[in-house]
Amino acid sequence: MAADTQFEKETEQVQDNWSGGNEPMKASYGKLMMWYFILSDAFTFAAFLITYAALRMSSEIWPDPNAVFNSMPFTHARLPLGFVTVMTFILILSSVFVVRAVQEGHRFNQKGVLLWMFLGIVGGLGFLGCQAWEWNHLIHQGLTLQSNPFGYYTTNEVVEGQTVDVFKGYVNLAVDEETHALVLGEDAVSTKGEAVPAEAKWHQGNWLFGCLFFFITGFHGFHVTTGVLLNCMIWIQSARGVYQRKRNYEMVEKVGLYWHFVDLVWVFVFLAFYLL
Amino acid sequence: MAELHNPAIEVHHDDHAHAHDHHGHDDHGHHELNFIEKYIFSQDHKVIGKQFLILGMAWAIVGGLFSIFFRLQLAWPDESFPILEWFLGGWAEGGKLSADFYYALVTMHGTILVFFVLTAGLSGTFSNFLIPLQIGARDMASPAMNMGSFWFFVLSSIVMFVSLVIQTGPAAGGWTAYPPLSALPQASQGSGLGMDLWLISIALFIISVALGGLNYVTTIINMRTKGMDFFRMPLTIWAFFFTAIIGLLSFPVLFGAAILLEFDRLLGTSFFLSDIYVAGEALHHSGGSPILFQHLFWFLGHPEVYIIILPAMGIVSEVMAVHSRKPIFGYKAMVFSILGITILSFIVWAHHMFVTGLNPFVASIFVLFTLLIAVPSAIKVFNWITTLWRGSIRLNPAMLFAIGFVSLFISGGLTGIYLGNATLDIQLHDTYFVVAHFHIVMGLAAFYGMFAGIYHWFPKMFGRYLNSTLGYIHFYVTLVGSYAIFWPMHYIGMSGVPRRYFDFTVFNQFNQYADLNKFITVAAIVVFFVNLLFVINFFYSIFKGRKVTVQNPWGATTLEWTAPINPGHGNWEGDIPAVYRWPYDYSINGRDFIPQTEKLGPNESEDHDIGSDTPKPTEKVPGENLH
Repeated sequence: MAADTQFEKETEQVQDNWSGGNEPMKASYGKLMMWYFILSDAFTFAAFLITYAALRMSSEIWPDPNAVFNSMPFTHARLPLGFVTVMTFILILSSVFVVRAVQEGHRFNQKGVLLWMFLGIVGGLGFLGCQAWEWNHLIHQGLTLQSNPFGYYTTNEVVEGQTVDVFKGYVNLAVDEETHALVLGEDAVSTKGEAVPAEAKWHQGNWLFGCLFFFITGFHGFHVTTGVLLNCMIWIQSARGVYQRKRNYEMVEKVGLYWHFVDLVWVFVFLAFYLL
Repeated sequence: MAELHNPAIEVHHDDHAHAHDHHGHDDHGHHELNFIEKYIFSQDHKVIGKQFLILGMAWAIVGGLFSIFFRLQLAWPDESFPILEWFLGGWAEGGKLSADFYYALVTMHGTILVFFVLTAGLSGTFSNFLIPLQIGARDMASPAMNMGSFWFFVLSSIVMFVSLVIQTGPAAGGWTAYPPLSALPQASQGSGLGMDLWLISIALFIISVALGGLNYVTTIINMRTKGMDFFRMPLTIWAFFFTAIIGLLSFPVLFGAAILLEFDRLLGTSFFLSDIYVAGEALHHSGGSPILFQHLFWFLGHPEVYIIILPAMGIVSEVMAVHSRKPIFGYKAMVFSILGITILSFIVWAHHMFVTGLNPFVASIFVLFTLLIAVPSAIKVFNWITTLWRGSIRLNPAMLFAIGFVSLFISGGLTGIYLGNATLDIQLHDTYFVVAHFHIVMGLAAFYGMFAGIYHWFPKMFGRYLNSTLGYIHFYVTLVGSYAIFWPMHYIGMSGVPRRYFDFTVFNQFNQYADLNKFITVAAIVVFFVNLLFVINFFYSIFKGRKVTVQNPWGATTLEWTAPINPGHGNWEGDIPAVYRWPYDYSINGRDFIPQTEKLGPNESEDHDIGSDTPKPTEKVPGENLH
């Protein structure tokens, strides 16, 4: 018998993390699921951004983001990419708040979780508010799924008897208050800083820009909305003391993962539409 | 998501695990489930697996019947069939199929078979049924999400079924739904409401796949019983694992494409549409790219064929080892070839697009990757054949279908090597050669894998056996019929007969194939009815089949056969068994088989990497340790 036990000891399974009966990645199935979901969702966004890249690369003209995104609420000053910087900052800040909430969760500090998660939710709502303003502003300027005011102008020149259009750069246009028609703004200046000549002829921009912008930022905004709702659910559950009683704040962490993912996706969306 | 926490699942974390575990199970046992909880909104993975199977079978009958309808048209284009009018009403007035509806039938046949039958019905059924049972878990990681997975499939099915009965008919632009045809509602009748419903149905289906896939992957990683390390998992589990990963990474891209397409249809965007005229009217679209859709579609579409075939491969490996009474040959080679196929499946999609204007240089890269898939596929085929070599083969219906699978996989795989060449594809693209190729290699082969799995695990599913005599008839007629249907299509295709045509009588050069087309249709009808016989056998045997009286009727090593004959929710009545060895110890050490739950003997080692170490029959000396 003694020999048998000796043998059993020797052939005892070499227990490593992967040999079953435990969580090999030291993560619960819920957390793993969130990671795999994020991976999966990243492929959806990748599909959209590849669509963006493919369509943009095959387009001859594309609006200059500095000309499109240069408005700020409460001011008429032209601040290229000013507003989107604020938006992005708010979203990243919100991510930081959620990191703090997760941290407080690890310390089982209910009040801390509630405070930081609340700030995270406010940040998310702030971002959505900014997006709503930006959409509204752009639609007001005439950017829709079917039209793009961020076009370009040409001046006619005669070359060897033929009339050709000479590309001069993008201009900003205004919407006529009464007729709702697109007109050259009074202070129309091409993006290259040149004054627009009187004989300039205006052309619509590539309206795929509007399609892609509203679709992709909309899809991202949908994710932010979902994230805010999830964060609210977590906040309510924390406030009811559910996680405190269970001594387990993992839900905060899981939803936090999703929130950071939404944040990360925005970085790529930002890169595609605003910087490139 | 807070509800996902399942006390029955939280096992073996500490020393008290077993007690807790046992307790959790008892709770289940004493809670009286009513009929609806038990059979309809069930969270038991076994019931969900059966639900997937039965709904999949219902769709298989619909999809199969559609193929018979359009085969009738192809064989006898001038005849009228009152039965068509009986089934299809206005779409076949006077028993003559309308050209519009022919396309709808072809489209629906493809969609239903690819997604509903061979994805949900195959992977959904067996992943659900086998993963917890074979890795030693009480249920999936999240039973609630698992139930959600099935019910999203039901929703998706309902939407698709509604599209079959609306006035303008279902989608009719092919299962690939290429724009511009699919993007312009005014382009054809089938591009109307039917197309919207198709896209919604597919979107719902993708949610179902995602919920299921998340569960399969996390369950396999986190819920394995003690001792079940990755290289002690049956090959079925490996196959389901990679299938789920492929699904999780490729389906979202189709999801994206479907939403973009729906935007083009409903909101007038131009993602997939460039300058275009319909009926003389210039549309406002400009700038988009229909080829972009093809890229997005096939980024799913190609991995999808591996989502279909990998579970069948896993099932066949398992069934073949059990019924040859031999270890599977080259276990690790099998695992790594599945991994190889998984990786390659993502980088070959453009071989579906050789003639859509792909840059020839890019095409050459895709040719290379495509042909590389032959390597892991051939490894698997040789391993199956060598597993059979000198085995004590039981030719029961499960084993026959497994062998049939290998036959079809070889026949269909070889034509894949032709089609994978961009130059040959110019001649063969969109001909019946392609139809023959993919029906054999992924359609029929996957069906055979599914049948092998059903015949093999039916006793575990329902505690009864399927009728074997009907099983033999089912197999032999289906095998002969399969080749009778698709073998001639190679010849028709090589001579250039295009697929998706409604009527060939107007092409003189194709008239010589009229008799061959009749032959194919007759074979298809025979196979359809033999498979109806299988359905009858299936349902009859659930209630009236011979009862299983022993726990392990096949003498198999894997864990599902250590569970009671009719396992309840929670699978094992006592503790979950621990595992001490790999699942392929057959005909070893003078024993017929050694279950995974048996500890290694004093002179035994676990170096099962060598697949060829089966002792010769003469070497069998009971009581001696020869290993």
